[in-house]
Amino acid sequence: MQRSNTYIIIFSIVLTVILGGLLSLASVGLKPAQEKQIELDTKKKILGAVMDISGIKDPNELLSLYEERVESVVVDIEGNKVTEDEKGNPVIAEKVNIQKNSRFDKEERLYPVYMFKKEDGSIGAYIFPMFGKGLWDWISGYMALDSDLNTIKGIAFDHKAETPGLGARITSNEIQDRFVDKKIFNSDGELVAVSMVKGEGHPSLTVHEVDGMSGATLTGKGVNNMLKDYLECYKPFIEKVQSGEASLALN
Amino acid sequence: MSTDTVEVQEEKKVKAPSEPLLSKRRKQIVKDPLSEDNPITIQVLGICSALAITIKMEPTIVMSIAVIFVIVFSNLIISVMRNLIPGRVRIIVQLAVIATLVTLVSEVLKAYYFDMYKVLGAFVGLIITNCIVMGRLEAFAMANKPYDSILDGLGSGFGYAWIILVVAFFRELFGSGSVLNFKVFEAIGWDSFPTNGLMVDSIGAFMVLGILIWIQRTKTGYVEH
Repeated sequence: MQRSNTYIIIFSIVLTVILGGLLSLASVGLKPAQEKQIELDTKKKILGAVMDISGIKDPNELLSLYEERVESVVVDIEGNKVTEDEKGNPVIAEKVNIQKNSRFDKEERLYPVYMFKKEDGSIGAYIFPMFGKGLWDWISGYMALDSDLNTIKGIAFDHKAETPGLGARITSNEIQDRFVDKKIFNSDGELVAVSMVKGEGHPSLTVHEVDGMSGATLTGKGVNNMLKDYLECYKPFIEKVQSGEASLALN
Repeated sequence: MSTDTVEVQEEKKVKAPSEPLLSKRRKQIVKDPLSEDNPITIQVLGICSALAITIKMEPTIVMSIAVIFVIVFSNLIISVMRNLIPGRVRIIVQLAVIATLVTLVSEVLKAYYFDMYKVLGAFVGLIITNCIVMGRLEAFAMANKPYDSILDGLGSGFGYAWIILVVAFFRELFGSGSVLNFKVFEAIGWDSFPTNGLMVDSIGAFMVLGILIWIQRTKTGYVEH
């Protein structure tokens, strides 16, 4: 039936206000739960890079394990510890948003580093968060290096919109396990990082190469760029620790 | 689809004021889209999501629930408002209602089922463009009473759900060698089961869906004119 323009406009406004209000309510109401999920997800990824946590289902158990075993520090591009920002507020590694930081120049970014302690309290692994571009949207990763800061102990990737079954495979154990025991420095001590090769099912790979994903070469490239970029940025810190200079990071 | 509406309206005039809650006609509203008027295999709607999220069973189940929720509630809301909605802006109104419901689903998933939120990613948002939802609003909810519209939504929702679940079952079985992440072939001692990469790809979905449509149309005798 034909209605007047005034009716249509009023109807549209009322509908918009009601639906908009509903959505804002939902957004505000669900925010705490969502933030908790994101925090849990981050800690899960940090722990997941060094150990198998698939057996731990209870979120609280996971959080207490994190409290107990993980220490964190924030460094800058030169590998120096950062404790407060320009305004004097304390910098906490877990609160550093890697995505936001990745938009700054490399020199201005904050780089959180997580240290996973063994049962006896000594450091078993260093975990480096990284962030990059996949094929469709962002990808991110947590790379765990052994205490020699050369051998990859584990890696945990995440992504926003890679194709399920193709690029999204980077989140599967199958792909992530391929990185284990690879080395980021060559025998001359130069940083070469690790890279995924094109294609899948390569029989012999060097310690710097990882078998690729068939059908997801571009996601693989994104992973390679991310690893290379961020390892370069962490390199000063890594070298400081290796030379014993950065034991300061642990106090 | 449009014939449905006409039939229903004609029936209304002769029908007694109190119709049983599950009359034959109402059962038909639910039953039709499950098989004879299935949104995917007969109307060939909602194919994009059927291809995209059917690699594994678990996300498919979540997606099914989300779609059923959105269809049922948007049908109900539109049906309640059907006499208020101005004809000229009805499509926008339908879209606004659908988009609101989909965003709600997406937010709830993000808050309570974060892992699945990450897996489904954009596809939950894409329910907005799922032709089944809007098709039902335009063809049914705009001209029928709320209760009938809920039934219609349930029918279409489940009609969509069972097809994508069947597709997902076969794709996960042959593509990943598992059902609901349970490694079936390893469990029966067949460790070297060759998983089929084609099934993980969208092409696999096309094939499974094609075979399903073939079987179903043979059964129902439906021919496209």
